[in-house]
Amino acid sequence: MTRFVIRRILAMLVVMIVISIVTFLLFEAIPNGNPAFRLAGRTATAAEIHQIEVKYGFDKPIFVQYARTMKNIFTGQAYSYTQGFNVLDEIRAGAPATLSLALGAGFIWLFISVVIGTVAAVRAGKYTDRVLTVLAMAGVSFPPFFLGAVLLYFLGYKAGIFPLEGYVKLTQNPVQWFMHLVLPWVTLSVLFIGFYSRVLRSNILDTANEDFVRAARAKGLSERQVLLRHILRNSLLPIISLWGLDLAQVIGGGAILTESVYNLHGIGQLAADSIGRLDIVPILVIVMLTAFAVVVLAAVIDILYAYLDPRIRLV
Amino acid sequence: MATTSASGTEFSEGLNAGFETGGGELPPGLGPWRLAWRRLRRNKVALFFGGLFLLIVVVCLLAPVYSQDVAHLGPNTGNITGTVNVGGHAQNIVSLTGIPIGPTWHSQYFFGADTNGRDTAVRLLYGGRNSLEVGAIATVLTMVLALILGVAAGYFRGLADGLISRGLDVIWAYPAVLLGITLGTVIAVNGIGPIQANNLLVPAFVIGIVYIPYVAKPVRAQVLTLREREFIDAARQQGLSHAHIMFGELLPNLASTIIVFVPLILANAILLEAALSYLGVGVEPPAPSWGNMITTGLSTIPAAFSNVLVPGIMLVLTVMSINIFGDGLRDAFDPRAKVRIAH
Repeated sequence: MTRFVIRRILAMLVVMIVISIVTFLLFEAIPNGNPAFRLAGRTATAAEIHQIEVKYGFDKPIFVQYARTMKNIFTGQAYSYTQGFNVLDEIRAGAPATLSLALGAGFIWLFISVVIGTVAAVRAGKYTDRVLTVLAMAGVSFPPFFLGAVLLYFLGYKAGIFPLEGYVKLTQNPVQWFMHLVLPWVTLSVLFIGFYSRVLRSNILDTANEDFVRAARAKGLSERQVLLRHILRNSLLPIISLWGLDLAQVIGGGAILTESVYNLHGIGQLAADSIGRLDIVPILVIVMLTAFAVVVLAAVIDILYAYLDPRIRLV
Repeated sequence: MATTSASGTEFSEGLNAGFETGGGELPPGLGPWRLAWRRLRRNKVALFFGGLFLLIVVVCLLAPVYSQDVAHLGPNTGNITGTVNVGGHAQNIVSLTGIPIGPTWHSQYFFGADTNGRDTAVRLLYGGRNSLEVGAIATVLTMVLALILGVAAGYFRGLADGLISRGLDVIWAYPAVLLGITLGTVIAVNGIGPIQANNLLVPAFVIGIVYIPYVAKPVRAQVLTLREREFIDAARQQGLSHAHIMFGELLPNLASTIIVFVPLILANAILLEAALSYLGVGVEPPAPSWGNMITTGLSTIPAAFSNVLVPGIMLVLTVMSINIFGDGLRDAFDPRAKVRIAH
C-alpha cells in the first residue's frame, strides 16, 4: 500500500509540474507583443520600456521567467499586466458566487441523477427506461449558454418570476441569493444529470450480475434490500468520485458558460473576461490551479480506491 | 394409454418448440457485425434519430441551393436599410431602432433577419455546414491521434506508455472549455504553421486536441489486454514488424470501440465548437456557425428572440440526434460497454 501511495503521489507531482510548464509556455506563446509595451502605455520611451522589462523580468531567459511566475503565484503576488489587479484577490472575490453555484448545482445533479439512474436501471428495457434515456440524451445535448438564454427569456423576462442576472451575496439577502441562483443551478445541473444518470444506470446493470448480488438474493433478502444495500451501494462509488472531479472543475472556473450567461461574476467569468482582454496572468492562474485541483483529487480518489479494494494496488 | 400418448406428444412438441425458438433467436454463423446490426435495427428510437441527423446533414449541404434558388440572398448579404415584401406590403428588414424583422415564413427572410439585415435561414444552413464541418474534422483528428497514442502506449508499455499516459493526464486535467478557449486564443492570434487565423481549421484543431484523452485512455486499456492474446503471440513469432502488429492485427479488433466513440466525440465536438464560438474564439465572424449566431442573437434579446431560438434549436436537435443514435449504437455493439466522456 505504501509503495502504491508513493508511486501515485510521484506521478501526481510529475503531472503537476508538466501542467505548470505547459500552461506557462502556452501563454508565453500568445503574441500580443512584449507585455512591457502594454504596461508602459502608448507614449513610453525605449528607456521606460526597458525599465519595465527589467522590473518584471521579461528580459531574462524563459526558465527564469517561469520560476519567477510560479513564485509569484504561490506567494500571492501575481498581478494582471493589463488591469493591474492582484489575481488571487480577484479569484477570492469571485469565489462566493462560484462556490454557491457549484455546491448548489452539485447536490441537485447528484440527487436527481441517482434517482433517475436507479429508476432507469430497475425498469431497463421497458418504456420508462426508454423515455428516461431520450430525456438524458436531450440533457447532455443542451449547451448551457443556450439553455440559460431560453430560461432567462421565458421565466425571467416574459414571466418575471426570476431576476435577469447577477449575484447577490448570501449574507446580504438570502432570499435574493436563492432567487438569483435557481436558474443557474438548473442550467448547470441539466448537463450533468443526463450524463450521470446514464453512467449510474450502466453501473447498476453491471453490478446486478455480480456474485455477491446472487448471494444476497439467495439468503432471502427482499428485492428492495438487495437494490439499496448491495447493488446501489457498490454502483455509487464511481459516481461519487466522478462527482468530486467535476465539482473541482466547476469550482475552478469550468462553469464558464453558465457563469457568463447569467453574469454571476464568478471565477469562470473572470476567466472569460480575461480571455476577451488577452490578459495572460489571470487566465494562466485559473487554468493552472483548476488543473492542479483535478490532478490532486484524482490522486486522492485513486488512493482511496486502492485502500478500499486491494486488487487495484497491483496495477 | 390415451393420456400417456397425449402427454408424450405434448412433451415432444414442447421440446421441438424449444429447439425452434432457440434456433430462431441465435441462428448459427452470425458474426458480431450482423448481430450488432440486428440489435440496432430493433431499436426504432435510435434509427429515427439517426435518420434525423442524416436529414439535417443533407439540408445543410444544400445551403447554396437554398441561398441561390429560394432566398436569392447570400449568407453575408447584409441589407440594413432595405425592405421586404410580406403579405403584400413592404416592411423594414431592420427597424429604425435596430430591431431586425422576425420570421416572415416567406422565401426571403423565412426565419427573419439578424441585426445586419442578413437572412437568418440562409445563415442557419451555412452555419450548420460550418458547425458540422468543424465537428467532423475535429472528430477525425481526435480519433486518428487517440488511436495512434493509445495503441502505441498499450502495445509498447514501459517508458512509451509512461510518457504518453502522463501526457494524456495533462490534457485531461484541464476542463474542456477552459483548455479550448486557451488554445483557441493562442492559435487565433498566432496561427500554427499552415493553420492560420480566421480559418475553420483553427477551432477544429483545438477541439481535436481537447478530446484525445477521452478516447486514447480506453483504447490503451483495451490494447493492454489484447496484446496478451494468442494471435498477437503468433504474429510476433512470424516476425511481423511492430507497425504491422499494431495496425494490421490490433486495430481491426478495436473497430467496435471506434464505431462507438465516433458519434460521442462528434456530438461533443459540435457542442464545444458552439461554446468556443459563443466565447468568441471559435468560428470567426462573418463566417456563420450555430454558436456565433446564438451570440449575435443574444445582443438583440428580448426584442428578436427568434435569432437565439432558431440556431439553438437546430444545434440541440443535431447534437441530440447524434447522441441518441450513438447510444443505440453502443447498446448494439457492446451492451456492457462503459463508454463515457466528461464535459
